[in-house]
Amino acid sequence: MPDSPLLGFRNVWKTYGRGEAKVHALAGVDLAIAKGEFVAIMGPSGSGKSTAMNIIGCLDTPTAGVYSFQGIDAGRLDRTRRAVLRNLYIGFVFQGYNLLARTTAAENVELPLIYRGVPAHERRSRAMEALEQVGLAGREHHTPGELSGGQQQRVAIARAIVTKPALLVADEPTGNLDTARSHEIMDLLTELNSELGLTVVMVTHEADIAAYAQRTIGFLDGDVASDTSSLEAA
Amino acid sequence: MFLETVRLALRSVRRNVLRSFLTLLGIVIGVAAVIAMITIGSGTTEKVKNDISKLGSNLLVVRAARPDRSGSTSFTPRQLDDKDVAGLVKGLDNVNAVSAASQKTVRVVYGAENVAAEVTGTDTEYFVARDWDVAEGRLFTESEVRGGTNVCVIGETVRQQFFGAGDPDGLSIRVNRMSCKVIGVLQTKGFSGFGQDQDNVVMMPLLTYQRRIAGDRDIDTIYVAARDGVSTSLVQQNIETIMRETRRIAPDGEDNFSVRDMTQIADAMTSATTTMTGMLGAVAGVSLLVGGIGIMNIMLVSVTERTREIGIRLAIGAHEKHILIQFLVEATVLSLLGGLIGIALGLGLAGAAAYSLSIPFAPSIAIILLAVGFSALIGMVFGFFPALRGARLNPIDALRHE
Repeated sequence: MPDSPLLGFRNVWKTYGRGEAKVHALAGVDLAIAKGEFVAIMGPSGSGKSTAMNIIGCLDTPTAGVYSFQGIDAGRLDRTRRAVLRNLYIGFVFQGYNLLARTTAAENVELPLIYRGVPAHERRSRAMEALEQVGLAGREHHTPGELSGGQQQRVAIARAIVTKPALLVADEPTGNLDTARSHEIMDLLTELNSELGLTVVMVTHEADIAAYAQRTIGFLDGDVASDTSSLEAA
Repeated sequence: MFLETVRLALRSVRRNVLRSFLTLLGIVIGVAAVIAMITIGSGTTEKVKNDISKLGSNLLVVRAARPDRSGSTSFTPRQLDDKDVAGLVKGLDNVNAVSAASQKTVRVVYGAENVAAEVTGTDTEYFVARDWDVAEGRLFTESEVRGGTNVCVIGETVRQQFFGAGDPDGLSIRVNRMSCKVIGVLQTKGFSGFGQDQDNVVMMPLLTYQRRIAGDRDIDTIYVAARDGVSTSLVQQNIETIMRETRRIAPDGEDNFSVRDMTQIADAMTSATTTMTGMLGAVAGVSLLVGGIGIMNIMLVSVTERTREIGIRLAIGAHEKHILIQFLVEATVLSLLGGLIGIALGLGLAGAAAYSLSIPFAPSIAIILLAVGFSALIGMVFGFFPALRGARLNPIDALRHE
């Protein structure tokens, strides 16, 4: 599996501020993630894991070094090209769900397809399909306010997979959920990973959540401190 | 995609009904003012033109020149009198009528009722020149005019006031303590272009008026009706020549009278309305500017409130231009909505004004379309900066925004 890399960091630096106030959020990170992997990124706050996540999700660019995504030098792309890349290949799931309020589940899921220029009827059928995949069939007309936290996160996951992305970036997806809901969401992500071959990169600071991943990367002081594969351990 | 954006904008307007409405108010008032002013203005102009054409475009009006207030008048002021009239009657050919008239507003009494009416002393020619006749009864005769008899013809408003639907023929009204027998009721004329009731009148022989009402021999106005097909400017020249002779004005002396034809008077009247419309339009323009700033303000608030939403949209692949268009369309929809409400309100106001002033209701499609276009433009111009601000947001910061 590791022979077909999806994304890679080569000596990636991210620096904030200047002069005395200079802070290296990332200090020469080298990293590769292959297609179909389920990776958990862990680390204390300030370790650089969020910065790494933003670069992986093409929301941010490195100050120095190369970030390649699907063989493209994504770190050198401008805003618009990165937006295209995100729209085509990356799905996002956030801790706070980040759904549009007072907008139905179906409309939320359709959103990325709108920016892709997919016609309305096709949008609707693909949104329904995605909602069914996350187990929310029949809830398409509910607004976020009418759904529980777990259900909202499922809508968010449906929105992330409706574009059939190559990569799912999840930023503490269970951070706002209770234990039972958290495990349901993790089961869903695991299922998407194994059945659709969707690459999942997830930031978390809970060990039992990270345990769902096949590989755990630990960040510390802006660099990779540990990289363990649960398959190797087994 | 575009329809999607418009739908989104409408939804966002609906979500904050009160706020949207208050934001719109500036645009609503501005557009309503412009539409109402221009519609009323063009109605007035039309009314004036109608009145003039009713008066006859072949009518010329002679008046004494008024002395300058500062006293530095270069001509010798002199009222018109019957010598001027006689001179014109004798000297002019190619005319249908030469008529002298004097008038002032006087209290008219019948029984317990009294009303202030425009009382005119004139001759029989007046009704020829102004193409006016009685609806009931009769006009006064040549001999009554010569003899200065106490008879009068009243307008419809005066009749309504005193006699209701009844027949006033043969009854006497009191005009300035003079008793005067009503012999006829004039055809209704309605309001003039400046909202003056042309039926609130009493007509009597000039001599009667001069003796019993005015107490002098002055004539205010001489009306000359040129024959059809005769150039009014030619008649105007003839009048000037005759008047100068009658009044013995030296060749280098200045006219102490004025001769104007109705088109000149119409132009003067409509140019006054045009100036008024222009000034009020400028005031309305300021209101639109203020409305635009209101929209800009509320759009800035909207962008700030929805920073997180912008972050989500950018993260899942919206381009800068998508966000820009979204907010631009929202601002445009908002201001367009204000424009439409304003147009409806303005037309309503103009309609009410037209009804109460009895002027024609003259809405102009061009002005309405212009108002629609202009309000949309205001939305775009004042919405651009807030929209750009939203579009330029960094998705990471925007997502983190609480």
